[in-house]
Amino acid sequence: MTRAMASLRRTSNQRVRTLSLPLTLTACAPGILDPAGPVAAGERTILLNSLFIMLGIVIPTMLVTLLFAWWFRAGNKKATYLPEWSYSGRLELLVWSVPALIVIFLGGITWIGSHQLAPERPLDSNVRPIPVQVVALDWKWLFIYPEQGVATVNRLVIPAGTPIAFRVTSATVMNSFFVPQLGSQIYAMSGMDAKLHLQADRPGRFSGISAHYSGEGFADMEFTIHAVPPAQFAAWANRTRGAGPALDQAGFMKLAQVSATSKPLSYRSVAPRLYDQIVANAGAPVREAAQSGRESHQ
Amino acid sequence: MSNLRSVETGAISPIFGKLSWASIPFDNPLPLVAFGAAGLLIAALLWWTWRQGHVPYVWNEWITSVDHKRVGVMYCILAAVMLLRGFSDALLMRSQQAIAMNNPGYLPPDHYDQVFTAHGVLMIFFVAMPFMIGLMNFAVPLQLGVRDVAFPTLNSVSFWLTAVGALLVNISLVIGEFAKTGWVVYPPLSELRFSPGVGVDYYIWALQISGVGTLLSGVNLVTTILKVRAPGMGYTRMPMFCWTSLATNLLIVAAFPILTATLGMLTLDRYLGFHFFTNELGGNQMMFVNLVWAWGHPEVYILVLPAFGIFSEVVSTFSGKPLFGYRSMIAATMAICLLAFMVWLHHFFTMGAGADVNGFFGITTMIIAVPTGVKVFNWIFTMYGGRIRFTSMMLWSVGFVVTFVIGGMTGVLLAVPPADFVLHNSLFLVAHFHNIVIPAVLFGAFAGATYWWPKAFGFTLDEKWAKRSFWFWITGFYVAFMPLYVLGLMGMTRRLGHYSVPEWQPWLIAASVGAILVACGIACQIIMIVVSIRNREKLADLSGDPWDGRTLEWITTSPPPVFNFAVLPDVTGEEAYWGLKSTAREKKRLSDRPEYVDVEMPRNSPTGVISAFFATVLGFAMIWHIWWMVILGFLGAWATFVAFAWRDEAEYDIRADVVERFDRDRRLAKARLLGLSPEEAEGQTA
Repeated sequence: MTRAMASLRRTSNQRVRTLSLPLTLTACAPGILDPAGPVAAGERTILLNSLFIMLGIVIPTMLVTLLFAWWFRAGNKKATYLPEWSYSGRLELLVWSVPALIVIFLGGITWIGSHQLAPERPLDSNVRPIPVQVVALDWKWLFIYPEQGVATVNRLVIPAGTPIAFRVTSATVMNSFFVPQLGSQIYAMSGMDAKLHLQADRPGRFSGISAHYSGEGFADMEFTIHAVPPAQFAAWANRTRGAGPALDQAGFMKLAQVSATSKPLSYRSVAPRLYDQIVANAGAPVREAAQSGRESHQ
Repeated sequence: MSNLRSVETGAISPIFGKLSWASIPFDNPLPLVAFGAAGLLIAALLWWTWRQGHVPYVWNEWITSVDHKRVGVMYCILAAVMLLRGFSDALLMRSQQAIAMNNPGYLPPDHYDQVFTAHGVLMIFFVAMPFMIGLMNFAVPLQLGVRDVAFPTLNSVSFWLTAVGALLVNISLVIGEFAKTGWVVYPPLSELRFSPGVGVDYYIWALQISGVGTLLSGVNLVTTILKVRAPGMGYTRMPMFCWTSLATNLLIVAAFPILTATLGMLTLDRYLGFHFFTNELGGNQMMFVNLVWAWGHPEVYILVLPAFGIFSEVVSTFSGKPLFGYRSMIAATMAICLLAFMVWLHHFFTMGAGADVNGFFGITTMIIAVPTGVKVFNWIFTMYGGRIRFTSMMLWSVGFVVTFVIGGMTGVLLAVPPADFVLHNSLFLVAHFHNIVIPAVLFGAFAGATYWWPKAFGFTLDEKWAKRSFWFWITGFYVAFMPLYVLGLMGMTRRLGHYSVPEWQPWLIAASVGAILVACGIACQIIMIVVSIRNREKLADLSGDPWDGRTLEWITTSPPPVFNFAVLPDVTGEEAYWGLKSTAREKKRLSDRPEYVDVEMPRNSPTGVISAFFATVLGFAMIWHIWWMVILGFLGAWATFVAFAWRDEAEYDIRADVVERFDRDRRLAKARLLGLSPEEAEGQTA
């Protein structure tokens, strides 16, 4: 099934390229139609395929509506008036079966796509994934690299071409971790440990956001994803280990204090199992801080 | 903001609760000015009413009325006024986003966040709901051929409780604040820890009180449709609007208790330190999200099904044909009613429930597209072979079909989980649900209001201004919301107070131009009403049947007498009134003059308005923690009900000769309409 899906993806990708000309208008700002990774590309394909399948019925429906309304206008002497006509078994069959067939077809795409592109499903790749732990805070993002032993705020550096295995939680209210050009978003919720697999195919800078409203500083809760060649990533990790403060419980409490925007910053080390503690405590360690912070924040 | 903080942290006074001078946002002139202007307008209106000596009329004929027609009209007036308020919020948001590129705009987050929350709450609960409930209240008993709803006084109570909710939301403009959480108040953001102010409490009590009203109204209309119908009006003879109303009210009865319980749990969290949805001590925010959408998705169909009914009536009437596939339409309506409860999870595919769950709910959501598609095709085939009169109502209907299929399509797109993973919470989603609610619910409400206006007031609305308003609305809609689809694809999420992507700005400016066009549409509607009232003599509907109607509401006069029908019509088939008209035309005479008997009607009652007064006191006191006032409000409302229960006389008689006199005039008008002489009409020459 996987191979069939992959080939489907390839052919439809080509078709999409030819059919989506009018949509290139939107490509001037990088968005979800301008994917930079396999997940986003798969999602764009499924989005456009479903759209074109439905346009096949929606456009004729719109035209027929306008045509009937115009042709059967009271002033048109050429139109036949059928004042009693209100039933036709054949048409009934048609009006029930046409939408039903389309839904069966789309339902198949949905079922396969839901499994193929499930956020928790590891990506097909020969490269070993790099784990990154994501914590939503008021109103910033903390990224912990358990293997590299470093952490960053509002700036995520990843190696291009390498799957990233994200674990996402929140130490405050609900947020949604989303990089439009890489694909799938997932809710960041306190006490929950969501899994998400993404990959950037090429080096570049992509913008990330919180896609779930989380209060006053929500609009500023942006971060940058910096995809770099793998060698550069290793060099960056080494450099980061040599500078900045260490992130321990106390440091985390301080970071979790409410502040609208933080400039990107990095930590040379992270207390072991910090992420697991945040999940287990369901945001409790920062609770008091968050409360007082929200109230005094201007 | 600073003043609010002092309220939040200040001590609670035994007399004033959390209330103090600091609760009034003197540093924020916008709401104060808006509220002041509205207050002046209301005061001027009251003064004029008093000066003209209309107070007894307004009190006896409207405020205390239990007549389903009057209650229905008052629901629609409430909806129209709240539409103006909700739309001004929309203008604030559109203008803020149009200018806030790399700058904070003119609305600070504290204010902007209240504006988008209030916009959603007002438009759903106090515009769409009362508009639909009002039209159902007005038309359903008339279409069923009966004298009133099953529980007339309860109907008045329902309306006034809904009005209380609207009042509380508007009070929050100047006393305290409104919720800053988004209109479905997701915890933990809506919990005390993160929203310590009174905003969420205003939301809770406005919705709880108006929710009681909605639930009672649902019980009332279900009972009416199931148990109170004219003789011979079997289920398969009911007009389509009655069927969709039945489905809607079944949904209300099934879904609103979920909302009540969910908000009740949030109330316990906020007032008594429970932990249903908090971050800690076992609370679970996901339970709230599930519960709120278990109500929220049926709610969409609660709004849209009555509108589907209105379009069915309008398209059939103005095409001069029966509705195509009547039984198919009933099946589709009831299928939607059932499926409405099986799709709630599509509001949060991104929560991470897993591929099986997401796939399942994606497919159930798509299945709803089947009966909905059937409805669209049946409206199209109703037009086929018709002789379509392009009144404004027909324009709203055709505009609806063409626009709604786009909204339906984007809805199915969002139901594909992998597509939703990138579109969820984006402006694409915002465009989608406005693309459903505006053409379906609002256009439906406008078509319905224009359609039944002559029945309610005895004169039709000015068509010239109605059509102008339609063209502004539909162009405005496309200009305002198509850019939002594009912005969603560009990765712009909803509820942003400001942003830093220059490519978004032109689309946002375009969207605000659309909002201005819609404002012109609303202005046309106001002019339409003024012009029509001034020309009411010329626009008078003397026959009671201005549109060559097919259902029973057109058999009686415009406006109908308080008892609706002199005798309950005898229904012998679908399209009862059309059948009678055809027979009368064929036989060149009206049906035989019936025997008139005394008619018993319920007495007007101030129970609704008095209990609403105490409910306002109760709600306001709960919001501000003024406990003595809570007790006062509760006892007052309770005493009102006890007094009502102890009433001696519930009904009064209208004498048979009064009824007969009314019916003689009505029959003369019908004879004129059908081109019969009075002698012919009574069968004296036949």
